[in-house]
Parts: sequence; structure tokens; C-alpha cells
Amino acid sequence: MPQYLISVCHDGNYEVDFSTPEAQRLGTQVGAFNDDLQKAGAWVFAAGLHPASSATVVRSSGGVVSMTDGPYAETKEQMGGFWMIEVADLDAALEWAGKAAAACEGPVEVRPAQG
Amino acid sequence: MTIALDEVFRREAGRCTATLIRVLGDIDLAEDAVAEAFAIAAEKWPRTGIPPNPGGWITTTARNRAIDRLRRESTRSERQRESHRLHIDTIEPDHDPELESLDDFVDVVADDQLRLMFLCVHPALGADAQVALILRLLGGLETGEIAKAFVIPEATMAQRIVRAKRKLHDNHASYRIPRSAELPDRIDAVLVAIYLIYTEGHTATSGQALTRTDLSTEAIRLGRTLVLLMPDEPEAIGLLALMLLTESRRPSRTADDGTIVRLADQDRRQWDRALITEGHDLVVGCLRRNRPGPFQIQAAIAAVHADASSTESTEWLQIIALYNQLYVIRPNPVVALNRSVAIAELRGPIEGLAALTQIDPATLDDYQPYHATRADLLARAGRIDEAEAAYDRAIALTTNVVERDFLVRQQATL
Repeated sequence: MPQYLISVCHDGNYEVDFSTPEAQRLGTQVGAFNDDLQKAGAWVFAAGLHPASSATVVRSSGGVVSMTDGPYAETKEQMGGFWMIEVADLDAALEWAGKAAAACEGPVEVRPAQG
Repeated sequence: MTIALDEVFRREAGRCTATLIRVLGDIDLAEDAVAEAFAIAAEKWPRTGIPPNPGGWITTTARNRAIDRLRRESTRSERQRESHRLHIDTIEPDHDPELESLDDFVDVVADDQLRLMFLCVHPALGADAQVALILRLLGGLETGEIAKAFVIPEATMAQRIVRAKRKLHDNHASYRIPRSAELPDRIDAVLVAIYLIYTEGHTATSGQALTRTDLSTEAIRLGRTLVLLMPDEPEAIGLLALMLLTESRRPSRTADDGTIVRLADQDRRQWDRALITEGHDLVVGCLRRNRPGPFQIQAAIAAVHADASSTESTEWLQIIALYNQLYVIRPNPVVALNRSVAIAELRGPIEGLAALTQIDPATLDDYQPYHATRADLLARAGRIDEAEAAYDRAIALTTNVVERDFLVRQQATL
């Protein structure tokens, strides 16, 4: 079955403070969504990510590896988290994406995996 | 012979492609196979004559050729089996291409055409791509023809079509009829896309000519197909009726020199009575089902216009009532704009302008008909300076040459 990446589109500077009631509410919603995915057998893998400012870019050129601080994409919007799901087709993926967007109360992006 | 083949192609290409996509599970393969079968037909039919069921002949020939080729190219066949993403059900009519009666086959083909319509309007595609795919895959139009119709470079249109097909393929879009829960939205998308093709043909966005008959004709053909495929969908009937009734006025919409003639000034004897009668019967038939929708109501409005022998004798009260009904279902500013035009016809420009002021101008600021309508009503109410400014705005927003000339002339008469 095809796999799809559902990524959460985030403002790059979001703060991760799980103590706020707002964050806890979102956490509960996302947790319930994760349960649904697992029960349906659509779950492959998922993670919420620390802010893009925590990223390191690594390059390899002629055997020399170099590192630079900060995210690769210089845009304000960054991936805040993602799910990898396995479902029958695009329509099924989009239906899950709709539930994901509702759970995290923000837009998500759906992309098919190769293969 | 060439003409006959051309006609067969226009009529059958969409149906054949729709079935071949299901059989082969791939849009590009299906298109190639259908093109190959038509090439064989072009070579063979002048000698043998057109077979009794040309569509069945093309479909079978295309399928056999494609399967032969897949077998020959075993590596491709391997990849092909892997990428059978669009291939969902496996009903395959096993028929003899020379058979005269293929009733079962026709049923399956009807389903295929619906599948293809729904695939073309998949919500993951943009509106431009949806329309391009419908014209290419269901209408059998060449990419160059579609590009010409929308006045964009052929390379741009080719890229748009390739990208759309690729997106459906890479995303493993299913080739199926949507489930009943999703059906209303998807039917809506099909109707809107066909109407978009029609309106582009009715008043071309840009270019030298006001209309593009080829697009309107194609939209009406698609509308007829949709009614055959979904005989119980009143909105599909409403859409077809709306297009036929609008089309009936085409002969009188422009003067001999190509300039626009307003509805009020049109020679109604030129209106196509056959189209009016057909559209009228369809409107009556679908409204009787008592499941009104936006296309049915707009068709009813067009039917009221068609019934009147002049602007003065038009049943404006009935048109306003229909717009009110439409506004309940589709409370958008464009409906309110059209209603204010009808109000102006019934009660004069001042009442019309009063109705217009109830629309938030910001919502229609980039909408040319809003400014053109406002300019006309202001002029008729004697508010010349404001009319002048409104014409300026309308002209600035007009990209069709004929339409712009019309507005410039209207402004000059102030």
C-alpha cells in the first residue's frame, strides 16, 4: 500500500511549552488522532519536532563533512511535526489529513512517498 | 473519410480513453494506446468502412495493442504492474470488436466515463488543471487546441497537463466512483468545471473574439454526456438546460462587425428556437423533481428570458423571485449583483443602485461586471461623473478586446 507523509506546517518560531492548557488540549487531540491511526492500521511512524532553530545542516563534499547552524530552508514556515501513514489511496490519505489538521488546529501538507 | 474519422474521434476518444485507463491502470499508456488505435483505424477504415461500433473497435484494438506491447517490453511490464495505481476494479468486457450489440459493454463504459470525470476534478488538482484534463482526456482535444482556447502558450498548457497527470499518478489517486458521502462535492466539482469551460467559450477571458464556439460546443457535449451518465441528478440536467438556453442567444449577441449587442437590443427572432425548446423542457423536467439547486434556478432564469419577446415584456418579477431563491442557496455577491440588474429593469435605475449598495464593494472590487453594471445604472440615473469613473474601472479590468470596445463606446455616449 502507498505511504504518505503528512507534515504539520508551522511558524518557525513556535515555542514548545507543554505546561500551557492550550498545548495540553492540542496534545490530547493529537493523541486521540494517533490512537485512531493505529487502530485503523494506517500508522507507520510519527513525531513532533523541536523548533527549526534547533536544526543543524550537514553537507558532504569530496569526502569532507561540514556543518552549519540553523535550518536549511530559509522560510518562516517550517515542518513542526509529521506522520507517515500507509493507506489504500490518495483519497484515504486526504481524509486522514483532514483529521490531522483538525487535531493540530493548523494546515497540514500531504505528500506521497516514492516506491 | 477524414472528416468521418474526425467525428468518430471527437465522439469516441473520451469514452475509449476512460475504459483504457481502467484496463491499463495508467493515463499515459491509455492515451498512447487510443492514439495508436485511431492511427490503425485511419489506415484500415477507408478500405473496410467504419465498423458498426467504432468505439468498441477502437477500445478493443487499443487494449490489444497495449497488452501486446506490455508483453513485448517485459521490463516495462514489470514496472507497469507495480504502478497499477489507478486500477481498482477488474471488470473487463471481453467482447468482439465487430459485434453490433454491446449493451453490457456500454454500461461499463458509462461507469468508466464517470470515473474519469471524477478523476479529472479531483480536489487535489487546481481548477485550471481540472478543466485542462477534462478537455484533454474526455473531450479528446489536442493540447495545442486547449492552449489556443485559453490563449496561453502550448508549452505552458502541456506542462500543466503533464503535471496534473503526474500528480494523480504519484499520489496513487484511485480510479473509482466516489462514495456516496463524497459524491455531492465531487458532482459539484464536475458541474462547475463543465460550466467554467462553457463560460470561457461564451465570453472569452482575453483575445480578439467575444466567444469561442469550440469550447461552448465541447461543454454542451460534456453536459449531455453527464446527463446520460447521471439521469437522476437534477443539477446535471439544470446545467445542460442553462448552457442550451444561454447558447440559444449566441446568434444575436454580436453584430455583423463583431461588436456586442446588449440583451435589451438583441433581435430575438435570431434566437435558436430548437435550443430554447430543448432547454425549456429540461428545466420543467428537473424542477418537477423538487430538488432545486443553483444550476436549475439559473436555468429557470434563462428560460424566463427566453420566453419573453422583448426586455419590456420580460417577467422581471419572476426573475427577481428566482434570484431571491438562488441567494438563499448561494448567498454570494455575484448573485446579489445579478438580482440588482433585474430590480433595475423592473423598478428603474435608482432602485437598482439601491440594491447594489447592499453589496460590500470590497468583495467585488476586482469583478469587471460589477463596475460595468454600476456604470450603466449610474448613467441611467443621470449620475454622469460617477458613471465615468465606474466605466474607467470596468475598462481597466477587461481583457477581452470586444468587451473593452463595447465599454469604451458606452462611456463615450455619457
